Amino acid sequence: MSQIETFYDVMRRQGITRRSFMKYCSLTAAALGLGPSFVPKIAHAMETKPRTPVIWVHGLECTCCSESFIRAAHPLAKDVVLSMISLDYDDTLMAAAGHAAEAALMDTIEKYKGNYILAVEGNPPLNEDGMFCITGGKPFVEKLRMAAKDAKAIISWGACASYGCVQAAAPNPTQATPVHKVITDKPIIKVPGCPPIAEVMTGVITYMLTFDRLPELDRQGRPAMFYSQRIHDKCYRRPHFDAGQFVEAWDDENARKGYCLYKMGCKGPTTYNACSTIRWNEGVSFPIQSGHGCIGCSEDGFWDQGSFYNRLTNVKQFGIEANADQIGTAAAGVVGGAIAVHAAVSALKKAQKKSQDKVEG
Amino acid sequence: MTGTPIPEGTILRPDPATSPAYEAARLTGDATAEDLESIRKRTSVYVYEAPVRLWHWINAACILVLIVSGYFIGAPLPSMQIGEPVEQFVMGYIRFAHFAAGMILTAAFAGRIYWGLMGNHHARQLFYVPVWKARWWKEMFFELRWYAFLEREPKKYIGHNPLAQLAMFFFMTLGLSFMIVTGWALYAEGAGQGSLPDTAFGWVLGLVQNSQRLHTLHHLGMWAIVIFTMIHIYAAIREDIMSRQSMVSTMISGHRTFKDDRPD
Repeated sequence: MSQIETFYDVMRRQGITRRSFMKYCSLTAAALGLGPSFVPKIAHAMETKPRTPVIWVHGLECTCCSESFIRAAHPLAKDVVLSMISLDYDDTLMAAAGHAAEAALMDTIEKYKGNYILAVEGNPPLNEDGMFCITGGKPFVEKLRMAAKDAKAIISWGACASYGCVQAAAPNPTQATPVHKVITDKPIIKVPGCPPIAEVMTGVITYMLTFDRLPELDRQGRPAMFYSQRIHDKCYRRPHFDAGQFVEAWDDENARKGYCLYKMGCKGPTTYNACSTIRWNEGVSFPIQSGHGCIGCSEDGFWDQGSFYNRLTNVKQFGIEANADQIGTAAAGVVGGAIAVHAAVSALKKAQKKSQDKVEG
Repeated sequence: MTGTPIPEGTILRPDPATSPAYEAARLTGDATAEDLESIRKRTSVYVYEAPVRLWHWINAACILVLIVSGYFIGAPLPSMQIGEPVEQFVMGYIRFAHFAAGMILTAAFAGRIYWGLMGNHHARQLFYVPVWKARWWKEMFFELRWYAFLEREPKKYIGHNPLAQLAMFFFMTLGLSFMIVTGWALYAEGAGQGSLPDTAFGWVLGLVQNSQRLHTLHHLGMWAIVIFTMIHIYAAIREDIMSRQSMVSTMISGHRTFKDDRPD
């Protein structure tokens, strides 16, 4: 693959100075949580390695992942898309359309067999033979299987590809299925979120290209550097949580003071993401900073956990919805009542037996 | 009681002059003839050894703390304005109490398992249900009928009665294990990846996938323990009064005292 330019070649060709290039390497190392000693390693890799081809396919999704990705600030998506990776196929971003686009897909698969990264945005619906999502005249699930067959690794972009997201929410009529349940023989990185943070997306790709391997993954297959801590653990409102100071109602005095949104159903304590550290839109803000609780968009099945404004999950059974406390209180009440009645009957029986014994004795 | 058979219905009244055994009772001056007869009938068996009793009460205290603090973690107290957040640690102390009690409960439960292996055979009753024994099933249905007021008189049991054993097994052995495992898995989230709790129990979150789902399971588990506690305390007091044996004091002294000497 010597005919393919290195990242550094492309960057220099685009007028990026060596000084800017080194700055970029430092920034990337910092974003990935690596020490200064990794800066020369990143620089060396980018100077010597050929660009890695990426095929980016879209299933059932809303394109919010792509929207997020192209708004990445550090490193600029332009750098990633145009310079660093050779994005050979992306239905949304590529110029080609129709047969030319599908031909580009086949070309890339053929040319880089076993070497390309498959980035999947959205998921395949499996019901009715996958007829609920047709791309290029075929069910998406077929395209996914075909593209995954010769891929080196797969990136599951967003909650759709990672967990199913809204289209997989109960009752899931199209049987939308996350990628890792369809493709089981390839390494898969889940980058959940609806959408994932732009810097997280570019960071993951940069890592894979620089080090030629997958980033360290946690038990759920997410890059540990971005998903190892809960939003709550790094939230700037955390001191108010520990103090027991909560927003009790929207727009109350405590809300204005910026107290913890726990009681308003903030899902920060149960959500693994980097929002409270990297934040959004070039580090401007994130939901909690804007006064609204986290909705837990990067968690498995977050649409099926009840209201975004409740702390407790709704437990559905026999068509009745209740949360753990309602079920528990009701059950404890029934048992308590039963105990009272049982105790009363016991006392009566005992009294009856005593008087009987007296008569008999 | 060997030698000449005693005709049924005979009441053996100890002769205070020749029976020094009852001297203490006599000396108090309030012992009636019925009292002396009752002393003669009452027998006791040493059932619960000291480690079992110690575990029971530590466990009970931990569960009380865990239920109260756990409830207030799920549904916190109204916001307090004692001072700046740096001077105020209300939720922090509640969570500390919960974690500390959970760790004590875990250690105590481990000790209880150890004693299940080392102690007398009553100490093992908590950890299994002899479903393979027809006799156990028969007795369990008998006990059910007793609780449904269909039996006139209960039987005497030295350890747990079969119904109690079933409840203990499901709510304590399985229930506590469930709460310990889910509780530590939740604690591991805060302790961080790579920490000891995460290494030991992090797989649970991987299994349940969603942390909120794990919280909900732990929360439902609490209510199961609440319900068990209610039934347990009610049944212990009721049986203490209505059954033919001691209940409450047994968990203090370790001795099961029987109120009559009939053999059934």
